[in-house]
Amino acid sequence: MVENEVRLLPDDDGSWRIEAYLRRNGYQGARKALTTMSPESVVAEVCKAVIRGRGGAGFPAGVKWGFVPKGAAGPKYLCVNADEGEPGTFKDRLVLLRAPHALLEGMLIAAYAVGLRTAYVYVRAEYAGLAARLDEAIAEARAAGFLGERVFGTGFGLEVVVHLGAGAYICGEETALLESLEGRRGQPRLKPPFPAAVGLFRSPTVINNVETLAAIPQILAHGADWFLGRGLPRDGGTRLFGVSGAVRRPGVYELPVGTPLRTLIEVHAGGPPEGRSIKAVIPGGLSAPVLLPDELDISLDVDSLAKAGSMLGSAGVVVIPDGTPMLDVLHVTARFYAHESCGKCTPCRIGTSWIFKTVERLRRDGGGPADLDHVLRLADGIRGRTLCPFGEGAALPVRALILKFRGELEQAVAR
Amino acid sequence: MSYTPSPAALARIERTLALYPEKLAAILPVLHAVQADAGFISHEAEAWVAARLAVEPVRVREVLSFYTMFRRAPGGRATLRVCRNITCTLAGAGDILDLIKDKLGIGPGETTPDGAITLVTAECLGHCDHAPCLQVNGVDHGPVTRETVAALIEELKAHG
Repeated sequence: MVENEVRLLPDDDGSWRIEAYLRRNGYQGARKALTTMSPESVVAEVCKAVIRGRGGAGFPAGVKWGFVPKGAAGPKYLCVNADEGEPGTFKDRLVLLRAPHALLEGMLIAAYAVGLRTAYVYVRAEYAGLAARLDEAIAEARAAGFLGERVFGTGFGLEVVVHLGAGAYICGEETALLESLEGRRGQPRLKPPFPAAVGLFRSPTVINNVETLAAIPQILAHGADWFLGRGLPRDGGTRLFGVSGAVRRPGVYELPVGTPLRTLIEVHAGGPPEGRSIKAVIPGGLSAPVLLPDELDISLDVDSLAKAGSMLGSAGVVVIPDGTPMLDVLHVTARFYAHESCGKCTPCRIGTSWIFKTVERLRRDGGGPADLDHVLRLADGIRGRTLCPFGEGAALPVRALILKFRGELEQAVAR
Repeated sequence: MSYTPSPAALARIERTLALYPEKLAAILPVLHAVQADAGFISHEAEAWVAARLAVEPVRVREVLSFYTMFRRAPGGRATLRVCRNITCTLAGAGDILDLIKDKLGIGPGETTPDGAITLVTAECLGHCDHAPCLQVNGVDHGPVTRETVAALIEELKAHG
């Protein structure tokens, strides 16, 4: 790493307070936006930076902001998705832990660009301790005049409310998050209308991931061209890649979009421990179909992973070592989606539950190739028949595990 | 027996309600406040929440039964939340959970007879760089080993 290089995450947990953030030129991006730019030019700058959503879907954030109708009467809202629940993902935790003011600054910029004055940060209940830290950061920002009324002496103001979830993976889906925030079960809504038109409390709403917003200040402070130049032309900037599983140095690595997956694992995370080798890699959280060791020379960006039949998702990389029974991986995967299906769409509710029951039976009593085909049929029965991406997220990893490890699984279930 | 929140809990609830344009939106934070106050959310507390939010009791019940972090019956003084998702499983979470079940003599969802510890399993806790991990009353521990978990349980039994 170059000295003085712009980084989202400081190295230590102690630098989260506002004084440390200001020493790292914090709140300069927001100051520039609010005091020298029009909201439209802020949106244009963020569009030009091609920052793709860091939560999983990879949608360009600037374009999303642009969807909010201009000049509509009534309130608009910003919802921050801090419901990081995708298994194998722990990057937003580090943003909340070490750089909560980067998130708040990004929210300020988003709010100004879209013209809204109230933001809710939906934090998963398992991160309650981090929510408390965020409340402290909000108090610091308010005392410094960066939140509340008349920010930087302008007529613009923003109120931020931290809202704790209560344990439901589905609430990371944006319309489920809205339902949950309004006080109901976290069950996704039919789209359209999209949240940009009809969102929280029936008002136009922007929903962005924690890391996405925390990266926005860099764009304003250093310019869209600078940001774009750090990544790829269709996928700008650096991202926080989480690596866990069979590596010497599990952790979060802040690297340019387009870094090869193999480099992330072998160089940055130190590769597998002595004497171990890689059997498979989940590249973007549990919903991302597994890759085999000969598929790791791939550029870590949204489009390349999609082209390879997987996804960059939340960029949570899980390295599965040699010797791991893939039936166990299939079991954990099937159990998770059966447990977390919200129950609204029948193909997902019934499909995930039958996949899990079948895998449980295979593990306990054994079975044959026809049982694996049965699981594949169930997975295909979910795809394309659900309101939200959870269905694909449940079906695709199950499919990939069976298609790529068919021989091993058949042997494992044979009695 | 009707439920009445403590003055501190009531103050927290009233502050929370002021943060939302619609009362029902405050239901999760209000339920968190009630649970922190009473240890669990009783039928009487559900009725109180419904009345305060001016909704039918069924609105409270359907929310309560959807989310996994609310407790509808008394639990232990400490809650042990053990991750069982992918990275933790690769790191031996299965063994850790078996050891805990064995030491406590209970399964997930149960509380030790002395009321010290409630054991629950969790999906990913977002602490994968410290796998296998668990939470004790919301505080992260990891990577844990058989030894550290055994020591943790002794401590919770003694002081929890």
